[in-house]
Amino acid sequence: MDKLVSSPSYLDQSAAVRERFDRLKEREVILSVRNLNKVFSANGRETVALRDVSFATHRREFLCVIGSSGCGKSTLVRILAGLETQTSGEVLVEGKPVEGPGRDRGMVFQTYTLFPWLTVKKNVMFGLEVNNAGRSEAEAQALQWLDLVGLSKFADSYPYQLSGGMKQRVAIVRALANQPRVLLMDEPFGALDAQTRAKMQAHLLEIWRKIDITIVFITHDLDEAIFLADRILVLKPHPGEVIEMIEVPVPRPRHERQVTSEEFLATRRRLDELIHAPTSHAQDEEDEAGLHAALARLTDVTDNVE
Amino acid sequence: MSHAKLFMIRAPLSPTSRTLFAVLSFALPLLVWCAVSYVPWIWHPMVVVSDPGSVSYFKDGMRVPRETFDREVVTAKQSGGAVPSGHPANPVYLPAPHQVVAALYTSFTTPPQTRDGKWLHESLWQSVQIIFWGFLISSLIGVPLGILCGAYSGISRTTEPFTEFFRYLPAPAFGALAVAILGIYDGPKIAIIVIGTLFQQILVIANTTRTLDYPLVEAAMTLGTKRRQMLPRVVIPAMMPAIFRDQRILLGWAWTYLIVAELIGTSSGITWFITQQARYQNFPNVYAAIIIIGILGLTTDLVLAYLGKRLFTWDRTGQTR
Ligand SMILES: Nc1ncnc2c1ncn2[C@@H]1O[C@H](COP(=O)(O)OP(=O)(O)OP(=O)(O)O)[C@@H](O)[C@H]1O
Ligand SMILES: [Mg+2]
Repeated sequence: MDKLVSSPSYLDQSAAVRERFDRLKEREVILSVRNLNKVFSANGRETVALRDVSFATHRREFLCVIGSSGCGKSTLVRILAGLETQTSGEVLVEGKPVEGPGRDRGMVFQTYTLFPWLTVKKNVMFGLEVNNAGRSEAEAQALQWLDLVGLSKFADSYPYQLSGGMKQRVAIVRALANQPRVLLMDEPFGALDAQTRAKMQAHLLEIWRKIDITIVFITHDLDEAIFLADRILVLKPHPGEVIEMIEVPVPRPRHERQVTSEEFLATRRRLDELIHAPTSHAQDEEDEAGLHAALARLTDVTDNVE
Repeated sequence: MSHAKLFMIRAPLSPTSRTLFAVLSFALPLLVWCAVSYVPWIWHPMVVVSDPGSVSYFKDGMRVPRETFDREVVTAKQSGGAVPSGHPANPVYLPAPHQVVAALYTSFTTPPQTRDGKWLHESLWQSVQIIFWGFLISSLIGVPLGILCGAYSGISRTTEPFTEFFRYLPAPAFGALAVAILGIYDGPKIAIIVIGTLFQQILVIANTTRTLDYPLVEAAMTLGTKRRQMLPRVVIPAMMPAIFRDQRILLGWAWTYLIVAELIGTSSGITWFITQQARYQNFPNVYAAIIIIGILGLTTDLVLAYLGKRLFTWDRTGQTR
C-alpha cells in the first residue's frame, strides 16, 4: 500500500534525463506551430478537426503525437507537410512559413506509397533527382542510405517483392535521402505485426541517432510513443486540442527492458488517464450510446455468449 | 482441379487446364462447324446432282433444294425416265472446313480475276496500312489528351463534354464528308478509323488516368516534385500498364471500323477482296479472308500482351487471374 502511494510521478526526472532535456531545449527551434485551427466543411456540415494547437520542437528532437481515433492527428501532420491548408494559425519551419509541400519536410505515410514502377534504389533516388541531383551522385547516395537500413541486397528489387516492414524502411530512407529538416511520420508502423513493429522502432531510433533530423511521429499506440519519444504531444478529440506536452522521463538509449521500468509505467499511467479520461470523451460516449441503441439483437434470447 | 474450385471467383488455373480451356475455346466452335458440314442428316437442305438422269434442266454438279430434287425423282419414276441421283449438301454460302482450309492456301496462289485486281496479300497489306495509320493518328492525339484530361480537371471539363457528344455520332456518317475533303483513296478511310476510335480513346484513357492512386502523388509532392515534373515522373509511369491494356482493346475497336472505312470512296483492301469473291460465289475464299483477319487481330493482340508483360514487370494487376 505504502509503496503504491509513493509510486513515482511521470514528472520526476533523473538528473541525467533533466540534463538531456535542458540540452534539447537549448537547441534552436526547428518547427513551430502557433494557434493552428482546421475546420472541414463537407455537405454543409462543419467539423472542427483542430482547435488552437500550439507547440514547438527543437532540432534533433523526437516528438510523438498521440490521441484517440479521429482527434485530428493525420490532419495535423498533413498540414505540417503542406498537403492540407490550415483554416487559421501558422506553421514555421526554421522561421519560414509553410506554403505547400517541400523537400525540407519528408513524410512517411501509413499506407505503402513506394512508387511501384521504380526499383528500391530508384525510389530512394527519386527525391534527389527531382531536385536536380546528378544521376550518379543520386545513385551513390541512395546506395549509402539503403546500406544504413540493411537493404543493399534489395536495391534492384521492385516494391512488390518486399515485405511490409521492408517497404516502410525504404519509405523512410526515401524521405531522408532528401535531407529534410523534419521527418513527418503518420502511423508508419500501423499495418505491421507486433514483432516487426518492435524491430522497426529500434531501427528508427538507430537512424535518428545517426543523422541530424527532427522527427514528428504520429501513433495511437501509447507504448510506442513512450518508447520512441523525447516528448509526447497528447491530443483530445472533438475538437482536436492539445491536453498536455509530456516530457518522457525514460532515459536514453532506449531498450525493450525499460518497458517495465518505473518511469515507463508512470508515464504509461498518465497517458492512460489522459486518453481514457471520461470527461474528454463525452462525444465518443454519445456515439457509443447511439451504437448500442441502433444495434438490435440478432440472436435467439437464450443464445448468450457472455 | 476439382469441380468446387472451378467455380470459385477468380481462382487461378493450373497451366495444363489453362492450355486445355484455351484449346477448347477454339475446338468447340470448330466441332459445331464440322458436324453441320460432315454429318449428312444435320441440316443439309440442298442436293448436289451427280447424274441428271432424265430431268432436262439438271446438270452435273448443280445444287438444288431438296424438295425440288425429291419432286423430280418422283416425276421421273412415274414417267419411266432415268432417275436422277445426287448427295445431300449445304447451301453454297456454307463451305465445309476442308474447303476453307484449302482456300486459305489457294486464295494466296490464285491470281486476281481482273487485270487491275489485287492479290490477297496485296489487299491485306493495304488494310493493315489503313489500320496502322488510322490507329497511330488517333493515338497520337487521343493518348496525350486522355492523360491530360485524367490529370487536370480544367482540361477534362473543356474536352470531355464535347467528346461525349461526338462519340455518339456514327463514324460512317462522315464518309461522304471525308471523301469530299480527302479524296477517294486512303485519306477518307484513315479518317473514318480516326473518327471511330479517337473519341472513345480520349474518354477511356482519361478514366484510366483518373484511377491513379492519389497518395503516390502526395508522396511525390512531399519529396519536392514540382508541378511540371508530376506528369512525366509520376502520372505517366504509374498509368503506363493500364493505358497499354486500353490501347490493346482500342486497337480491336479500330479493326471493327475497317470494313466500313474500306467501302468508302474506291473500295479497297480486304473488304474489296471479300466483296469480289462473294460476287463470284467463291465462298471458301470469303471465309478464308475473314479468318485471316481474325488471325491477324489475335496475333497482334498476343504480341502486344507479351510485350506488355516484358515492359511492365512491376505491374501486379490481374496476377491471380
Ligand atoms: N477531408 C475531410 N473532410 C471532412 N472531414 C475530415 C476530412 N479529413 C478528416 N476529417 C475529420 O477530421 C477529424 C480528424 O480526422 P483525422 O483523420 O485527422 O483523425 P486521426 O486522429 O488521424 O484519426 P485516426 O487515428 O483514426 O487516423 C475527423 O473527425 C474526420 O472526420
Ligand atoms: Mg490518421
